Amino acid sequence: MSDVSFVRTEMLPEKEPPGSSVGVIGWMRANLFDGVINSILTILSLIFCYFVLEGLLSWTFQSVWNASSLTECREVMVATWGKTHGHACWAVINDRWLQLLYGFYPPYPAEAGVNFGEGTGSWPAYFRPNLSFVLLLIAVAPVLFDKLPRKLLIVTAVYPFLMPWLMWGGSLWGPLMVAAGFGIGLLAYRLLTPVIGGLGGIIVAIALPVIWWLFLVGSVAAGLESVVSISIPEVESRKFGGFMLSILIGVVAIGCSLPIGIVLALGRQSDLMIVKTLCVGFIEFIRGVPLITLLFVASVLLNIFLPPGTEFDIILRVLIMVTLFASAYMAEVVRGGLAALPKGQYEGADSLGLNYWQSQRLIIMPQALKISIPGIVSTFIGVFKDTTLVSIIGLLDPLGLSNAIRADAAWNGIYWELFAFIAFLFFVFCFGMSRYSMYLERKLHKGH
Amino acid sequence: MKKSVVFGALTVAGLAAGAAAAGTLDDVKARGKLNCGVTTGLVGFAAPDANGEWMGFDVGVCRAVAAAVLGDPKAVEFVPTTGKTRFTALASGEIDMLARNTTWTFSRDVDLKFTFVGVNYYDGQGFMVPKELGVSSAKELDGATVCIQTGTTTELNLADFFRSNNISYEPVPIETNAEAQQQYLAGACDVYTTDASGLAATRATFEDPSAHVLLPEIISKEPLGPLVRHGDDAWGDVVRWSLNALITAEELGVTSANIGEMAAGTNNPEINRLLGTEGNLGEMLGLSADWGKNAVMAGGNYGELFEGNIGESTPIGLARGLNAQWTDGGLIYSPPFR
Repeated sequence: MSDVSFVRTEMLPEKEPPGSSVGVIGWMRANLFDGVINSILTILSLIFCYFVLEGLLSWTFQSVWNASSLTECREVMVATWGKTHGHACWAVINDRWLQLLYGFYPPYPAEAGVNFGEGTGSWPAYFRPNLSFVLLLIAVAPVLFDKLPRKLLIVTAVYPFLMPWLMWGGSLWGPLMVAAGFGIGLLAYRLLTPVIGGLGGIIVAIALPVIWWLFLVGSVAAGLESVVSISIPEVESRKFGGFMLSILIGVVAIGCSLPIGIVLALGRQSDLMIVKTLCVGFIEFIRGVPLITLLFVASVLLNIFLPPGTEFDIILRVLIMVTLFASAYMAEVVRGGLAALPKGQYEGADSLGLNYWQSQRLIIMPQALKISIPGIVSTFIGVFKDTTLVSIIGLLDPLGLSNAIRADAAWNGIYWELFAFIAFLFFVFCFGMSRYSMYLERKLHKGH
Repeated sequence: MKKSVVFGALTVAGLAAGAAAAGTLDDVKARGKLNCGVTTGLVGFAAPDANGEWMGFDVGVCRAVAAAVLGDPKAVEFVPTTGKTRFTALASGEIDMLARNTTWTFSRDVDLKFTFVGVNYYDGQGFMVPKELGVSSAKELDGATVCIQTGTTTELNLADFFRSNNISYEPVPIETNAEAQQQYLAGACDVYTTDASGLAATRATFEDPSAHVLLPEIISKEPLGPLVRHGDDAWGDVVRWSLNALITAEELGVTSANIGEMAAGTNNPEINRLLGTEGNLGEMLGLSADWGKNAVMAGGNYGELFEGNIGESTPIGLARGLNAQWTDGGLIYSPPFR
């Protein structure tokens, strides 16, 4: 009697899945040709993609890069492809890309008696805006990525004073003395708080620097400049333009609006009646008017109200207005984050015996800001794109410059190439910001 | 109480503004630079080149004034202004003069309190249609769709013209000239109407300009000229006579090529007065004796500016037409230098 078993004692090895359900074919069956309707839709989409890409790619890459005018571009196109339709004339970008990036900013700012310009020959063109941009990247890096050495924060602290000096030029003493104002405030707070108490200390620590900035900085800086001269050639605001201007306005508005927005959001939730009323009034007023209105106020109305002869820099006016605008929106985004926190977090902070600022800094803000990251970043992106509105008040941002370039008889009638270039640059910046915010959300996600 | 303080402060500011505006000529001399308002970009009239240098017909007027006042055609700060900011920029003192293809109208002169010092280009509203439409007169445009920039005088002129000729049209509102070109080429409208100089410049950019025609009707008067603030007649005179110097130079045959030998003295006393070798016209204006010579040397006389920027040798290709000297049957006419 043989021991015949009908039950298999050993496991069969796993079989390969059928060839039609793995690899490329399987993926396509599962995702593209899953049923009749989906197959038809897939084929229609492919045909659509083909036609779009066929036109777009040939327009982008079968293009003219070297020509001195649109007419010449068209001649080259006719000579090469037999028709002008469907081919880009990138020669305009080739001709004007520096202008689109830097506006009329002089490559070698120079001025009589200052040996810092073209004559020395050792400085690369546009090194001042370029250096400002590189320093900007270094300055924001430690804020964005916490793995970097903390010592880089020194660059971050110095940058707000160094950047205006590099961009506008003039005496180094001006920014130095403005920075000294913060030192004066801190010193006053340290020295006076033990003597006249906390509230008095804060008031004096705010009042002293303001007096210093308003009345003394100019003369002290001028005095020091006459003793020890540290200056580079000045560049007027009218020379600023192109992407440099967009980035400048965007960075300043983004950098200043977050802290101001947080303060406004806290003020709006405050129990102090005056503080609360001021914050609510400010936020609602700024959010109630369009940015263009604020820009017109900056460009037109202030000119009429200020006493004649007052030189209130147009870019500075625009910077202030855009910053105020962004701050109001930021305040509401942060307030959303604050409102989303459960009440227990506030009560827990109180029960630990933390005072108001400690609980905000250690418990409330880290959570509230984390919740608000998508809103904050989308406000940033919005502000950056809104900088193109300054073309309406005659500042030559990329869009304003595209109009000015078209007004040159050589390039009159060229549209898509300029707009495509501008859109590409804006996309790079906005996409970068958006990716960073997703990275930040993943990193901060603690999974509760 | 508080209100009165605010109003008081505003009044003081206003008075101070008036006081400071009384001496634009001195301000410009002290500053060493002329702040001249131009357009943000209009083909042939004002545009920055690849090096950021402003070029164009209106720009030439700015440079001539700067040369007359300061002796240096490069001593100009060009302030780009849009249609919305130009008048406040001038009224608030941000710019000393505006040379931005601005039409001289009653309300701008009287109500907005500006002084137009002259006309440097006589423009008028025209029509452009595709040749294949077979239209030879604007009066045949019954029922046509018309691309028209909103919020401009052209819109009102168009309505007037069609109403007075008892024909109908359908407006296609557009915002900018750039948009208009695209709409017109795409066939969204049968007719494009704007200033004739703009039409010519637009047509010059088309791939096939000969497929489009400008209709003979000019339905409005658009005298374009530089303007200054009301109430500063000394400065207004400087700008007016700088422009007149360019016009007179052309009339008398003074060009940037022969001005060197002319300035040595000629038999024509008016040329001598213009170039400062005779009389004291410069002194009367508060300028140097060779102000007229400097103004003409900045970019040439009126005819040279016209030919170099918008004339028939340029892609824009405008004929002199109304803008010929009065001796050639045009309207360009300067009072005598005496």
